[in-house]
Amino acid sequence: MASTEKLLEIKNLKQYFNVGKANEVRAVDDISFDIFKGETLGLVGESGCGKSTTGRTIIRLYDATGGEVLYNGVNVHGKKSKAELKEFNRKMQMIFQDPQASLNPRMKVSDIIAEGIDIHGLASSKEDRMNRVIELLETVGLNKEHANRYPHEFSGGQRQRIGIARALAVEPEFIIADEPISALDVSIQAQVVNLMKKLQKEKGLTYLFIAHDLSMVKYISDRIGVMYFGKLVELAPADDLYNNPIHPYTQSLLSAIPLPDPNYERNRKRKTYNPKVHNYSSDDEVKLREIKPGHFVQCSQKEFEQYKAQYAK
Amino acid sequence: MEKILEVKDLHISFHTFSGEVQAIRGVNFDLHKGETLAIVGESGSGKSVTSKAIMHLLPESNSEIKQGQILFEGKDLAKLSDKAMQKIRGKDISMIFQDPMTSLNPTMKVGRQIIEPIMKHQKLSKGAAKKRAIEILDLVGIPNPEVRFEQYPHQFSGGMRQRVVIAIALACNPKVLIADEPTTALDVTIQAQILELMKALQKKIDTSIIFITHDLGVVANVADRVAVMYGGKIVEVGTVDEVFYNPQHPYTWGLISSMPTLDTEDEELYAIPGTPPDLLHPPKGDAFAPRNRYAMKIDLEKQPPMFKVSDTHYAATWLLHPEAPKVEPPEAVQKRKRQFLGLKEGN
Repeated sequence: MASTEKLLEIKNLKQYFNVGKANEVRAVDDISFDIFKGETLGLVGESGCGKSTTGRTIIRLYDATGGEVLYNGVNVHGKKSKAELKEFNRKMQMIFQDPQASLNPRMKVSDIIAEGIDIHGLASSKEDRMNRVIELLETVGLNKEHANRYPHEFSGGQRQRIGIARALAVEPEFIIADEPISALDVSIQAQVVNLMKKLQKEKGLTYLFIAHDLSMVKYISDRIGVMYFGKLVELAPADDLYNNPIHPYTQSLLSAIPLPDPNYERNRKRKTYNPKVHNYSSDDEVKLREIKPGHFVQCSQKEFEQYKAQYAK
Repeated sequence: MEKILEVKDLHISFHTFSGEVQAIRGVNFDLHKGETLAIVGESGSGKSVTSKAIMHLLPESNSEIKQGQILFEGKDLAKLSDKAMQKIRGKDISMIFQDPMTSLNPTMKVGRQIIEPIMKHQKLSKGAAKKRAIEILDLVGIPNPEVRFEQYPHQFSGGMRQRVVIAIALACNPKVLIADEPTTALDVTIQAQILELMKALQKKIDTSIIFITHDLGVVANVADRVAVMYGGKIVEVGTVDEVFYNPQHPYTWGLISSMPTLDTEDEELYAIPGTPPDLLHPPKGDAFAPRNRYAMKIDLEKQPPMFKVSDTHYAATWLLHPEAPKVEPPEAVQKRKRQFLGLKEGN
């Protein structure tokens, strides 16, 4: 189970594109949350809500427009020497959505996996390097015969395993998984999710799991954040979010997921979300407020009291 | 129930450099009037190939319908010439594709793409076709249809684009609509809207739908009946309740238990081990046998026939043979069975 020690603190993170132009996009607009050591934080929302941008900004694939990301208390986006940056890159790794596009088709699997090992000089000899690759392949359920093949020789699920092995090669502490299972078949999704859970247990990894498949997110996550138009609108422990969704957008999102249960489907009533329902006036301070320990909702002071009363019932 | 489409013993092969890939190996199903039949299965199981065969959309150069019939209104579509098929495609049978960005022509205004089938099949004048197209755009829930008529696909969002694709498919009130993963590329909230739209339109124009998907949640939402495909065959078919609450084939068990429900707790998900069969060298026995922990000796030697479970429910597994040993399905499946019995008693 997750501890309460903060591994990452994201404070007022902003990521704008086309700053100062007419088509400025506020992809991530002032969001703050913490990620605890050893937990899986799920991030859900519709496409375009900024969940992938959040992940990419955290790992410094984009330079943040504002705000800071503290990793073990150190600012990720601050000025860093090359050595510091390298050390940071080793601790934080990413798994991408499309395993076809994220593996270089002209490199052998062994070289793909060992690229990080080479960059960080983790292997003492050629033999050591190969042994590490084989060990990694076995960790993710492949075997040493696979080392000398090219990505096109693998199925989608196997390719995603290679992506995971590559991320693990540099012994990271924190992994951002950006829709790691969306491109896979249902029967293969379960294999990859089980693998990720097993690795977390064995290696004490921390995950940021970005997805739009809500039943899988609930299954893998300890806590879940819901994003809407660049804002984090609700953040709560997974069970709590599903049993007591507070923000009207979360309610609408949850009511839209079809479940593999015909009887439930016949009775499911979909709620729609209209941002106008909040009716915020200009002097309302709209921010994340804690409704109940660990359960945060973006709301105004008036709504806060309303939600709290609602929760008490 | 009146049958509108019958597929009988369909075999389809692709000729590739490495040999003959037997993508479809004896598929049988009926489509009844006004119903939604969902076909589920993983990629490579043959669900899209089946639907493309019905539409005559398989590549002529390397695909071949080896045997079997596709009966629609007394005609065998499998033997129809391309010319004759053109009179049916888009009029009596039409199709919605997965990705609305690639299935619309980016250089043509949306309006023209909708009036194309109307002018071709209903022989309306351009003015009358335009009137009809605007009606349909309105029907599928696109605001300002007159303005939207003159716009290009890139000016539409993903959900709106899929509505346009649906509008084109429904332009001639087809008797059969084939939807190949119509919501896979869409967000859950948009998906919910599109599914609601399809169900409402189905009632209005009384069409039959073949709905291809791998999302079991969507199946539970839209389907009247479900056919489960594996390795180029249908391994189980039944009403949606029968397949979800009383599944018989071990592959269906695996599919259902590998999806977490909202009350799945910390236990490990059931994952079907291994990978799908290589249809270049299809196995002699049951294609699922190597991944099946309930497999018996006969599974490796002989393909199981369809065993009858009820009048509407059939499954191809030797476990249903009267002499087969009794096995316990996985816990997740047993839970569903109990739920089903509870439902029956409740009624």
